[in-house]
Amino acid sequence: MRYAMAIDTKKCVGCSDCVVACQTENDVPIGYCRDWVVEVTDGTYPQLETEIRSERCNHCDNSPCVRCCPTGASHYAEGGIVLVTHEKCIGCSACIQSCPYDARYTHPEGYVDKCTFCLHRVKKGMEPACVAVCPTKCMYFGDMDDPNSPVSKVLKTRKYKVLAPEAGTKPNVYYLI
Amino acid sequence: MIDPVLHAWGWEIPVYLFLGGLAAGLLFFSGLYYLLGKENHYPAAVRKAPVLVPVILALGLFALFLDLHHKPYFWRLYTTIKFQSPMSWGAWTLMIVTPLSMIWAALHIKEWFPRWDWKFQWLKDLEIFLSDYKKTIAWAMALLGVILGIYTGILLSAFNARPLWNTSILGPLFLTSGLSAGSALIMLLSKDHHERITFARIDLIVIGIELFFIIHMFMGFLASTQVQIDAASIFLGGELTAPFWIFVVVLGMLVPAALEVMELRHFKVPVIIPVVLILFGSFMLRWLITNAGQLSRYLY
Repeated sequence: MRYAMAIDTKKCVGCSDCVVACQTENDVPIGYCRDWVVEVTDGTYPQLETEIRSERCNHCDNSPCVRCCPTGASHYAEGGIVLVTHEKCIGCSACIQSCPYDARYTHPEGYVDKCTFCLHRVKKGMEPACVAVCPTKCMYFGDMDDPNSPVSKVLKTRKYKVLAPEAGTKPNVYYLI
Repeated sequence: MIDPVLHAWGWEIPVYLFLGGLAAGLLFFSGLYYLLGKENHYPAAVRKAPVLVPVILALGLFALFLDLHHKPYFWRLYTTIKFQSPMSWGAWTLMIVTPLSMIWAALHIKEWFPRWDWKFQWLKDLEIFLSDYKKTIAWAMALLGVILGIYTGILLSAFNARPLWNTSILGPLFLTSGLSAGSALIMLLSKDHHERITFARIDLIVIGIELFFIIHMFMGFLASTQVQIDAASIFLGGELTAPFWIFVVVLGMLVPAALEVMELRHFKVPVIIPVVLILFGSFMLRWLITNAGQLSRYLY
């Protein structure tokens, strides 16, 4: 089993519903977020192209955060999801430094926190909160080993990219382009 | 909405990197010259400096502890060994270096306090027992000094997400910077002209090597990918250019090197001036590289 997410940059309107849904679902402290929206504009006027992306932890197959964690708090859980065990985290920030996506933050209680792909929901057969609320249905989630999962299907038909592939992290969040 | 600059590490990490490097330099010279039988030639290096090391390390470790955000769980470092994590290696290195440096300091404490009394008989017995192993401990000090000095650079260089740190030359660079700081402090501690001159010579060589590493570091960056070219530009025209070249290279290396050359040519230079400049430059190197690393990132 290998969980992955695909996000359609052509459909995303940057409404930030995913951000709010995540904050509510996961009780993220005010002022922090586990996912966020970026808007990148390339080119010179009037030839401009804008891409809107909802970003989060990429749950990489080759996670630098898991490698550099000195206590084993950052680890691979079910389906390759990268999690942090709060009681093992010493708050040293090594994982924050190691992440090319800046996907982690220090929770006010001291431990490091990040996206969990809503594993608690996924275990019950539900979608992650961000995917479930997306009003444009631009997010797809599922098991890459299952050819009939929404994410496998959409990645077969659409062109996609991952962020900073040169970092060698083998990310599991795909952006449809 | 998103802060593009990472502020995960503040003053605590560069302070530790500086103190760790300084302690590494002192341990290395102390162990080395003890093994070479120069105890009486270089009393400040072999006998005086080691007493300071546990104090310097304790301050550095305290800075590291302050950096942790989940402090009550710090002991988790010592319930596991993670071979792929430089920080785990560092934590265990410090676990070995710190007590050994305390033993090494205890064996030389009478250098600072001639009337030192261990009070308890078992402590006196322990001192006599450990004195028999001085040579072994000196070996450990010299080797662990190098490992500790290199480790302060490896800690940063292992993060490929921060392109400015992601060069293995940081290990040797921080080691030479630590050796330079160590030899400077020995010059300050020494009352012997011959010893001062020797360590001024050593420091000159080390500064030369350090300069070579800095030039090499930039050559490596500029011959690499756009990500690393952008990272290097922070010091080559970017926002930290002036502090790096003025504080680290000119005031921290070239000026003290010139003063040391003058000293060797029999000019009378107050020793405190080059020493303070070198310690300041050594700290600024770590301060600026820690900060600049957090400014550098992948582009996407």
